[in-house]
Amino acid sequence: MSNADDSNIPEPDEELDAEPESRDSPTEEAAKTTPKSLPLRVNNLRKEFGGITAVDGATFAVEERSLTGLIGPNGAGKSTTFNCITGVHEPTSGTVHFRDEEITGESPHKIAQRGLVRTFQLARELEEMTVLENMMLAPGGQSGESATRSVLPGLRSTVVEEEEAVRERAWETLEFFEIDHLAQELAGNLSGGQRKLLELARALMTDPDVMLLDEPFAGVNPTLEEKLLDRIHELRETEGLTFLLVEHDMDLIMENCEHVIVMHQGRVLDEGPPEQITENEEVIEAYLGGTV
Amino acid sequence: MGIENKGQSTVERGVAFARSGPGGALVAAFAAFLVVDLILKLLGLGASFSLATVPVVRELPVLGGLSGGIGGAIPVGQFSSYVWNGLVIGLVIGLASIGLSLTYSILNFANFAHGDYLTTGAFSGWAVAYVIAGFGSLDLVNLVLLRTPPGDVGANLWLSPLAVVLGLVVSILATLVFALAIDRVVYRPIRDADGISLLIASVGVAFALRYLISLVFGNSRRIVTSTESLPSVNVVAAIPDLVPDAIINVIPSVLVPSNAGSLIVNAHEVTLIVVAVLLMLGLHYLLQRTKLGKAMRAMADNRDLARVTGIPTERVINTTWIIGAGLTGAAGFLLVLSQGGLGFTTGWRLLLLIFAAVIMGGIGSIYGAIAGGLVIGLASRVSLVWLQGDWSAFARPTAFLLMILILLFRPSGIFSGVKTT
Amino acid sequence: MSDDPVQTNDEPSLFTQVVRNDAFKVAVLLAGIWLLFYALSAFLEYPTYGVVATIRRVTFLSAVYAIAVLALNIQWGYTGLFNIGVAGFMAVGAYTTVILSADPGGVPPGFGLPLPIGVLGGILAAVVIGLVAALPALRLDADYLAIVTVAFSEIIRLTLNSPVLIDITGGASGFDNLPTSPVQSILLTDPGSIISEPTALGSFVFGLGEPLDLTRIVMINIVYTLGVLVVLLLVYLVLERAGKSPFGRVLKAIREDEVAAQSLGKNTQSFKVRAFALGCGLMGLAGILWYAMGPRASVVPANFRPELTFYIFIALILGGAGSNTGSIIGGAVFASLLYEAPPLLSDVAVKLLADYNVALPSAPDNVVVTLSTGDPLAVVAFLLANIDTLRFMFMGALLVLLVQYKPDGILGDRTETAAAVPLSDDSRPTNANAGGETDE
Repeated sequence: MSNADDSNIPEPDEELDAEPESRDSPTEEAAKTTPKSLPLRVNNLRKEFGGITAVDGATFAVEERSLTGLIGPNGAGKSTTFNCITGVHEPTSGTVHFRDEEITGESPHKIAQRGLVRTFQLARELEEMTVLENMMLAPGGQSGESATRSVLPGLRSTVVEEEEAVRERAWETLEFFEIDHLAQELAGNLSGGQRKLLELARALMTDPDVMLLDEPFAGVNPTLEEKLLDRIHELRETEGLTFLLVEHDMDLIMENCEHVIVMHQGRVLDEGPPEQITENEEVIEAYLGGTV
Repeated sequence: MGIENKGQSTVERGVAFARSGPGGALVAAFAAFLVVDLILKLLGLGASFSLATVPVVRELPVLGGLSGGIGGAIPVGQFSSYVWNGLVIGLVIGLASIGLSLTYSILNFANFAHGDYLTTGAFSGWAVAYVIAGFGSLDLVNLVLLRTPPGDVGANLWLSPLAVVLGLVVSILATLVFALAIDRVVYRPIRDADGISLLIASVGVAFALRYLISLVFGNSRRIVTSTESLPSVNVVAAIPDLVPDAIINVIPSVLVPSNAGSLIVNAHEVTLIVVAVLLMLGLHYLLQRTKLGKAMRAMADNRDLARVTGIPTERVINTTWIIGAGLTGAAGFLLVLSQGGLGFTTGWRLLLLIFAAVIMGGIGSIYGAIAGGLVIGLASRVSLVWLQGDWSAFARPTAFLLMILILLFRPSGIFSGVKTT
Repeated sequence: MSDDPVQTNDEPSLFTQVVRNDAFKVAVLLAGIWLLFYALSAFLEYPTYGVVATIRRVTFLSAVYAIAVLALNIQWGYTGLFNIGVAGFMAVGAYTTVILSADPGGVPPGFGLPLPIGVLGGILAAVVIGLVAALPALRLDADYLAIVTVAFSEIIRLTLNSPVLIDITGGASGFDNLPTSPVQSILLTDPGSIISEPTALGSFVFGLGEPLDLTRIVMINIVYTLGVLVVLLLVYLVLERAGKSPFGRVLKAIREDEVAAQSLGKNTQSFKVRAFALGCGLMGLAGILWYAMGPRASVVPANFRPELTFYIFIALILGGAGSNTGSIIGGAVFASLLYEAPPLLSDVAVKLLADYNVALPSAPDNVVVTLSTGDPLAVVAFLLANIDTLRFMFMGALLVLLVQYKPDGILGDRTETAAAVPLSDDSRPTNANAGGETDE
């Protein structure tokens, strides 16, 4: 059980010499000629709960505009790592850097405001609010979130204008995910797959830079999964978003992610392109008959 | 979920607590000051100061008039009275808190009708006691409605022991019957509702029950028990007679308080303590030795376990009500036995104190509830050492403040970490 | 938007739109209450001023209850903060106002400040005390928050009640030295004396009452009640705006799932504190309007017992937590039907029976005797004589029934979206692809 070699993770200012073996996809080939930006870096993260060490020195980095997969058997510490990154738990030790600023242990809302946004495995849609309302909730910096600005006559007109703009963007995003026909439904009435879509769409409304998706495809039918992946790739191209994805569906990971991080027993077992991972015997052993 | 040892001693925990930030240190320092002050008061020593004596300061507007002191004089007897009364009321609150703690952790809601269960026990038990004690010679209706003057009935342990014993039994039975009936009608249909909805329903129950009692018994507060002919003992006066002269002569005079005061203990209070302890021992036996008791302990100890394993079986629920309401009814009966007064709001007005005890002890901890009750009871009486005269009205707010502080610094209760196993 | 003159199935008829309109609902309710109380008091042959006074009293109570319920709605209905200390904050408002505005020469003395300053001071005091309670307590679970707030409320009441502060607060018998009623100040040249010369406005107002034989007191109270209604309307408008906005949206999100709101970048603690402070301020206002001045002026600790908080909760649940309109409806229904109506109904029943020559025995003074007589009329007499107590038993039972059958309140489960703009399907941008009815 070896930790990933530290030298595999290039520091943002370092030159390309420290790069691991060459990658295949054209986008990466092109990216090779420019210094890589690493919006999210995790260093030696540890999280203990009482006697249990859920995360035991995890170190990895996520490249800009990438679709990076985070895999590992159950209990590997993936969700806990997510929680430590996003401020839900305070790590026992170790650091998290977002855009080269340390965010270790910051409160969840501050981290989200920075542009590092996550979705939940069990979608946390707000059941008593409509789909459209859920969407309108998400964007940050809404001046109407101040009660006085919402109430006072002169200031309210600004709020109304903003609301109209947000509403338009919400409709567009709903259409992008093809759930616009559900806009008036209470989010509690949606099916499992629809909730996942809403979760993703809503997170997108915050205008994030990096998205951490916790099993976004669980319970989603294959056609929809295809569409979602198309959307994700589209968002990477057009908006420059970065995605870190926790998933159990191996085919999906191997086919779509250019970089894969494997966790096992709280540590990073290996990271690299999919081919490297599938050939790593330790990884196969860790899964012991899991879907590869 | 194993058994956790009482790993840290009280002192260690106190230190850890004091270290938890400036707030904790402040509270700990204040507590230490009170202890020192108390000891000085008991010894009859004291010192006072007034800023008016300080040359420059005395000219300042507000500060110049300030004065304060430490120590003073409190007769040992009076202090012991406070402690004794605190113990008595603490046991009552402790008994009542067990039920509330159980409901809170096993049924997952804060039962705001709990105080009125106490009132139910008090009224039903004493109505029966009156009827038995006054049977034949006095008007039956007035007896049942507790309108006969207590002196006429001979409503105390010495004069009518049988009546009091039977009354106690009835108070337990009647309260648990009510509780089971209410559970069937009110809580069972909404068993899987969230805690707040159940809480609101319990407020409805509280209103309905309290005003039903008011409808039947009237809304005036009355004295129910009498202390006429009741055996009692002045403990403080008795001590010199009991302690051999040889020892008395050896104790330095400084340590012997000049004015000992008196501590009067009567048979009702002793009975209360005996009965309360017996009931708690009985509960202890039930919880430790029987299978059902173990299941209840498991569910009560760990609220999350109770939630995760889903809705507890009807049998566990019924047992919860039987034990909880039964003990609370007994507590109501015993409360009146020692305090004498009873009105339809008696239990309701104690509810907050009972909540305070439960929170202090940690929700779900039965022994914590007892300890919490004792702490609250003692705090409400011992605080009178410092809250003299008009300030005595602040005894209850002090207990509430104590509860709020505990909630802030140690929400799992003083006794969390000490499991009931 | 179409040229088709035929109404589509989607658009509701004008009648339906009107009936669905909230203002319409409240107006109908108020009219219904007036009608009911008119009928009851007229049947009991009250003199005209008695009928008017009854209707006025019901309206006044409905209005102050509504304001208190609206305040609680922001805290609990919107944000999910279970505050059972309402009575305490109302007390803070009322007491602060009277202390600030009372005559310095009276007992207990006040500061003699003008009443508007006193009112503002009272509201501010309630906000400050609310913040003191909130900052630590808001981090606690809902039921712990409940216990802390009720403990706080009792600490406030017991402090106001204590003999120690009797020189400031008046202790258990209350603050006797009440400031001059604002209405009397504008209608009378000598506000302290009812029989003094009226001002110009006063003459006009008293003149309106003369044809119906309405005394000055009745007219003064009517004017005050109208004032309270105006305040209620303002409070409602403010809260509607605050609620139907991004601010309200975040509050609703916090009630349901605080973690989700945080994961979207919302500083939930800040929102909770603001909602709590706003609610407490309004509770202070309700306490001021209800008890510091006007027809029910009585600044006594006993008025602010926890029971008051529970009445307001019952009213909120009746009307439907989360809806401002529901709060007004709940407050009005509670105040009128549950609180004021029963004694009247009892009198009406007694009179009805007498009119039909049913001889009602005098009520036995206790249940035991009543039941032992075996006479159903005795039971009726007993129940009618004890209608006050029965009323509270009924409230308790009603609360249980509401939780069991209609947790969403009278108005039922209605979707009120929290946004400053409509979120209906009409609001879809017109250059969008025609409604994506693709399967999922």
